This record gives sequence, structure tokens and C-alpha cells, in this order.
Amino acid sequence: MSNFREDGPGYPVTEAIRVDKVSPKSRRLLSLRAITVVVIAIIMLIPVFVMAITAFKSRSVIVSHPPTIFFKPSLEGFVFLFTERAVVNKARQPEFKAAAEAGELGLVDRIALESGQEVTGTSDYVKRLKNSLIIAGLSTIFSVVLGLFAAYAFSRFDVLGKDDLLFFILSTRMLPAVVVTIPLFLMFRQLGLNDTHLGMILLYTVFNLSLAIWLLKGFIDEIPVEYEDAAMVDGYSRIQTFFKIVLPQTLTGIAATTVFCLIFAWNEYAFALMLTSDNARTAPPSIATMLGRGGIEWSAIAAGSLGFLIPVVIVTFALRNYLLRGVTFGAVRK
Amino acid sequence: MSIDGSQAVAEQSNQPKPKRRQLSDRSIVNLFIWPALLLLIALNVFPLFYSLYLGFTDYSAIARQQPVWIGFQNFSRILNDEQLWKYFATTGRFALLSVGLQTLVGFGLAMLVNEKFKGSGLLTTLILIPMMISPVVVGLFWKLMYNPTFGFFNYLIGFTNPSTAPDWLASRFAGTPVPGMALWAVVIVDVWMWSPFVMLLVLSGLKAIPDYLYEAAAIDRASAWFQFWRITLPQVTPLLLIAVLFRTIEAFKAFDLIMGMTGGGPGDQTELISVNLYRQAFLGQWRTGRASALAYIILIIIIAISNLYIRYLNQMKGES
Repeated sequence: MSNFREDGPGYPVTEAIRVDKVSPKSRRLLSLRAITVVVIAIIMLIPVFVMAITAFKSRSVIVSHPPTIFFKPSLEGFVFLFTERAVVNKARQPEFKAAAEAGELGLVDRIALESGQEVTGTSDYVKRLKNSLIIAGLSTIFSVVLGLFAAYAFSRFDVLGKDDLLFFILSTRMLPAVVVTIPLFLMFRQLGLNDTHLGMILLYTVFNLSLAIWLLKGFIDEIPVEYEDAAMVDGYSRIQTFFKIVLPQTLTGIAATTVFCLIFAWNEYAFALMLTSDNARTAPPSIATMLGRGGIEWSAIAAGSLGFLIPVVIVTFALRNYLLRGVTFGAVRK
Repeated sequence: MSIDGSQAVAEQSNQPKPKRRQLSDRSIVNLFIWPALLLLIALNVFPLFYSLYLGFTDYSAIARQQPVWIGFQNFSRILNDEQLWKYFATTGRFALLSVGLQTLVGFGLAMLVNEKFKGSGLLTTLILIPMMISPVVVGLFWKLMYNPTFGFFNYLIGFTNPSTAPDWLASRFAGTPVPGMALWAVVIVDVWMWSPFVMLLVLSGLKAIPDYLYEAAAIDRASAWFQFWRITLPQVTPLLLIAVLFRTIEAFKAFDLIMGMTGGGPGDQTELISVNLYRQAFLGQWRTGRASALAYIILIIIIAISNLYIRYLNQMKGES
């Protein structure tokens, strides 16, 4: 380290730079700080890393002791996750081996054969994933559309009891899922909505609606009203102003809100666990009950977890500037 | 969404000058707000009233019998049920431990990453990943991490021999039961998952502190310690409180994580109140009436906390 008094800070000190921040002591502290952060970040990311690599471990590698991070990657988990398999009986094994050696079997069949099984069809999980996509996708569209209109009205007009209404809307999000589910279960049963896509879409729409309204209101609040006033002076109607002025300016906000709603609906577990059984069951509750031969099918669970980890990593990076708003329902914006 | 919007725009620009009656502002407000409100009322408010009614009845959703009004019996039985008090206590302990630790860790992290250095932005974003993952998946995965023979956790903290290592989720240390260990295991995961949340909020608070406060303090040769207590802490307190209240509410609702990790076990050591409510309402027992009453008691606790939270938010908005 250079001597600060003799050499100076190494670059021109303008008025904006605080001398105590560029002194050698404080710079040393900064690098110490950087190292600490790196170490903590690594520790915190170990589980995420383990999660990512475990998806490519075969069943025998996962349950081996000690746990390893270097191993021969295998797609066994994914095969176990997506297919229904049956044990190949002893008599037919040579026949299968021959077929595998002759290159007649596809990749999936070969991986299944490694654990002595043959593929008999696609697993329920494929259906669950499809349900997750349909329910999360449609409910997100509904809650963002409904939320956008409501947010606009709340942002631009005097609504009777506005603050109370907004806080009422926020408070619906604070309710524990289990509390709402008991009566919902009975209601849905009366209406024939239990274990249906429609019921789950409606429920997830409401579940995300409060978030959508609060987030979007925040975004719309930031657009100066003057644009709309000017447009209306030019003869636009309210509705035209909304679609031609407000909507284009809120696009980023809408995109962020959409992604938040999508990820929350994709991750949702409690409602799905209690209100669906087979027809409309989504991925999160079914991943938790992944059982194979002799207990929990860890390789399948690890492979399935990747379907929750990857979207989250993408979303976290894509929305890093909006995360604060998203996780506090738009209440904190700075 | 954008498709809907552009279609509407296209439709409107096709018509040369719409001479139809323009909607008044009032009707626009109604048109825009009511669909959302109606949905909320139908799927949130109505169920709440319905379950309030059910709370006063003897009813099971799988019995053929209609609900029978029994007044406050459900509530008095619940309040006299020692088992339930124990679950409330477990929930309280869980909330206290996890929120307390999250506050400390999150605050520390925020203080560390507040000073910019190369790559600090990337690291901050990376740290935030855990809190976005589905809690039930996190729970399941940590169940694997905690496994005494093939899990990574023990190995990383230095226990390489499974027979002398703690079996966290079974509350055993080298074969001898250690009550409370499973709850700690859950707390560790919750802290891992949600400290970044506290960090995020505190960080935004730290960023908002004007530099001149520190400059003035530096000129006065105030010690770093003094600066922290007199400038940093008071300035981030509002946001820190929001984070704490938010997490407290969530801790009282904790369900997914527990279901993924322990399912309430071993025994009932991690049986939080919401997990028990689920058991009473759905799993095997189907005591709908009693569960509704219990749900209301939980609801009142959460409403009390969220009221604090919302009041605090309002107050903060008024100040800024």
C-alpha cells in the first residue's frame, strides 16, 4: 500500500470524493469487506449449487456416503421424473441388453435399463407440469389485466375510501392459505370447482390480484398525469388515453408484475395441496410426494427441483431492480 | 396483456372518430375497480364470513350431517386444549428465533454490501436467489441436505462420520435425542432463505441516507461506532421494522417449508399451528367446525400483526 500523504490517493480527488474513503486504511477495509462478502455469498450459495448438481446425479450417487461434488453426470433423475417404469424380469433382461447393445433403444430406455427397468409410459408429473403451466399462465394474465385496470382507477381517480380499500386489498394477501381454504373447499365443492383448472385459475387470480394492483399502482403513480391531461385536451377520451398513453408507458411495470405473478403462482403449494387431488394438481405438491422403489425418489425430486430453481435464477437476475417492490407488494419503492 | 392492449388500440384506430357516448369518469372507475373487487369479495371475504359461521358449529365436511350450531364451544375447547397451546408456543418460538436471526444476518449483510466494490452488485443479486425459490422445494431439498448419511450439511460443518453426527430432522445427536434440534434445523433454513429479504430492505434504507450526514460526522471526527448508532441505525429503523413485521407475519403462516421438510415431526417438535390446522381440517380428521374456529384465532393474531404493519407503512408514507 502506498503512503497516502506522499503519493495521494492515486487519482484526482474531486470535491465529491470523501478523503476518508480513499485513504489506504479505508481501501484496505474495503477489500477486507469484499472478501467477507464473497465468502458469505459462497456459503449461502452452496445449497443452490448442490441443488443444481444433484439433479444430474443418479440415485446411487445421491445416497452414497460421503456426498460428492465430482461424479459422472446422469439423466436418471429426469427419466425417473417423467416416465412410468416397470422392473424388467430376469428372463427378458438378456433381450433388453442385446437391444441396448445393438443401439435399438433410445436414450431414455437405456437410462431406465441401467437400473433394471423398462419405460412403460409418461409419468403423472408431465400432466402436473402441464397443469402448472396452464393455471399459472392463465391466472397471471387475469390478475395482471384486472389489476391494471383497478390500479389505474386507484392511481388516477378519487375513489371513495381509497386508502381503506387499498389496504383491504393488501390484507387479503396476508391471510394464511389454510385459513381461507377450509371455506373455499366447501364452496368449491358446492360449485363443482374442486380439483378443476377453472377453480385453481380463479383462486390464483385472486391470490395474485392484490400484488398486481399494488405493484401496478406504484408504476402508474410514477407516470406524470400531465401526459394524459395533454392527450385529453387533444380530444382523446379517457379510454383512449388509457390505452395509448398510460399502457405503453407502463409496459416495463406490467412485464415485472407479470413475472412476479407467474413465479408466485408457479411456486404456490398450500392451495394446490388442499384443493386439488389429481385432475388439476400442480407440480409443487406432487414433487413432495415423489416416491420410488424403497422410499423417497431423491433423483427425481432433485431433477424436479431444477424446474423451480432455473426460473428463479432467471427471474432474480431479470428483475433485480424490481425485487424490492415485488417482495414488499410495491409498498417500498426506493 | 400487451396483446389485449394492442388489439384494443387497433380496434379504436380503425374507427375514424368514435362518436359514441363517452364514459364518464365515475363509470370508468366502477368499470375498472369492480371486477377486481368482486373477485376478492367472492373468494376472500365471503369465505371468511362462511368460516366464521362454521367456527360456531359442529360440522365435518365429509359427514352427511348439516352444521349444528354449538355457540362458543369450539373456541372454548381450543383455548383449553393444552396441545394446541404447545403448538402456538412452538410457532412463537419459531417466529422469534427465525425473525431475530434473519434481522441480524440480513442487517449485517446489508452493511457489508452497502459499500460498492467490483462485483458487489452481482453478489447481492446472487444472495437473493434463495428467497425466490418455492418454499416447499426448499424444504424438500434441505431434507436431503440434512440427511445424516448422504447429506451435505453435516459434512460441511465438519461431521464426516454419520454415527457421531447430528441427525437434525430426527432431533438426535449421535444417537441421543436432543429435543428442539429439528426446530433449529427449520430455523436455519428459514434464516438462509429470508435473510436476503431483510438485507434487501435494509439496503434500500441505507442507500437513502444522505451522504452529508456522514460527511458532517467525519468532519467532527465522530467514531465509526458513533456514526453507526447515531446516523445509520435511526435512519434505517423504519425499513428494518417493515422487514421484521413482514417476516413475523410470514413466520406465523409458515406451512410450505415445514411440510416439505419435516411434516411436523419428529413427533410434534416442528408442528407449527398452521400445519396442525391443516391436519385438523383435512388430513384424516376433517373437523371442519373446530378447524374453522382455530383458523379464526390464528387469523386474529395475524390481523393484529398486519395491522401494526399497515399502520406503520401509512405512517412512513405520510412522512416521506
